[in-house]
Amino acid sequence: MAAWFSQHAFDGLNNIIPAYSSLTVTFDPYLIKTTWQPASTAFEWVKQKLEAAYNLSNENSAMPATLHRIPVCYEGEYAPDLEALALHLQITTREIIQLHSAVVYRVYMIGFLPGFAYLGTVDERIAAPRKPQPASVKAGSVGIAGKQTGIYPLNSPGGWNIIGRMPLKMFDPHADQPVWMQPGDQIQFFPITAREFKSWQ
Amino acid sequence: MSLTIIKPGLCDSIQDAGRHGQAHLGINAGGAMDPYAAGVANLLAGNQRCEAVLEIHFPGPQILFEQNALISITGGDFTPFLNDEPLPLWKPIVVRRNTILHFKRLQQGARCYIAIHGGFNVQPWLGSYSTNLKAAAGGYEGRKLEKGDELCFRENTVYFAGLLREGRDFQVLNWRVDMRRVYQDPHEICFTTGHEFHELCPNSQQDLLQNNFIIHPFSDRMGYRLKGVPLKRKHDYELISSGVSCGTMQLLPDGQLIVLMADHQTTGGYPRIGHVVSAHLPKLAQLRPSDPIQFKHVDIQTAEDLLYSQQQEMVILQRACHDHLNELVC
Repeated sequence: MAAWFSQHAFDGLNNIIPAYSSLTVTFDPYLIKTTWQPASTAFEWVKQKLEAAYNLSNENSAMPATLHRIPVCYEGEYAPDLEALALHLQITTREIIQLHSAVVYRVYMIGFLPGFAYLGTVDERIAAPRKPQPASVKAGSVGIAGKQTGIYPLNSPGGWNIIGRMPLKMFDPHADQPVWMQPGDQIQFFPITAREFKSWQ
Repeated sequence: MSLTIIKPGLCDSIQDAGRHGQAHLGINAGGAMDPYAAGVANLLAGNQRCEAVLEIHFPGPQILFEQNALISITGGDFTPFLNDEPLPLWKPIVVRRNTILHFKRLQQGARCYIAIHGGFNVQPWLGSYSTNLKAAAGGYEGRKLEKGDELCFRENTVYFAGLLREGRDFQVLNWRVDMRRVYQDPHEICFTTGHEFHELCPNSQQDLLQNNFIIHPFSDRMGYRLKGVPLKRKHDYELISSGVSCGTMQLLPDGQLIVLMADHQTTGGYPRIGHVVSAHLPKLAQLRPSDPIQFKHVDIQTAEDLLYSQQQEMVILQRACHDHLNELVC
């Protein structure tokens, strides 16, 4: 539906924000009124557009999901919370890494920071609550919170359990596409060593 | 063609009408907190409404004009002075080169806007001049202004230097904008109900409508935290995150409200009690910590009507400013 909307953008449409179970649309009521002169409120007009889009969209209209394979170093300084998490879950760090990199995740939504992708669903055996106190997290850090996993695009305070770091930039304001991931994309992580991490950078 | 920041203020940044169409990537709209004042500043300076302006907070900066410039100052009243003389707000002003703009006292409001004829010569990022501090992009090098920053402005299309009289530092042009309607009843903030409004206990729904809420000191461009009677929901279950927008009133776990402002995150997982109507965001943006707010519920039709008349007025204003300026300099 988000895809349909971005292909059928209209004057006055500002943002389309897909999330886990919702689609938020923001619009400029003045532009909609002056451009489209709806008989009702601009809100009703956009709502009807949404309903029409919903009825038109079906399995076939969904765009094929892009699969990104992303290297993650689950070692040493790159994984500050890995051992504590293993202790808490009563499994080995190796198992965490295996379980985390075995799943093809879906980008359910991007929010919080530019390019912060919320991925799911994490294997129940490594699902873990947020840390009680937020810590300072480095850009590229890969974390787990509940059944979600995600990558911090920027240095930021954060409460997720950091189990690794990836060497690629999630967000580059000066690139043609500052965020290369889209909601709906698929992600799979693969483990790399600390030495490989450096050569990836 | 430039001005120089001699001394930076608390938070001076380049803003415009916002960066739309990127929220699905986690990049918020940003933009001027008070879009009305920013837009009018531009119109008075003979620009398009969406041109880049300088948004400042008190204490304000000291700004040296390296060239003659046609400017306007709108929004909060920080008692602007050019060298030793006070300047009016909401009027076009021609200022002479080598004069210094500074701000003496916080008289009213929270944000003040400075527009320059021609606009600031900064590069747009993703279609907007607004500074995104978190992403360190947009505006002037993606950051707040600092001492020594030199902001170039674009070439004049209006010849206004002839309006300066000998021996005077500035010349106020003789038209002004009457902004009283936009800011009247400054503490009455209208909202439409949000998705989770009806999850509030009936008592809390009453509390929201009948009590005052005070703006908490932890309030900034990201959001206004409010202090008031704690509001309760009928159930306690956690929500799944979804998109939010400027003006969304979220209920925090401690029962207090936060109103999301220009630099808000694009998604959130707290209950959405309501949405401040767009036409009242300018008023709200000019309120300060410890100011009270009285919420008033309106339906969507009313919310749209309020915005429509505000915007329609801007369109008329744009034409009037343009005509006045042309008459004067041609």
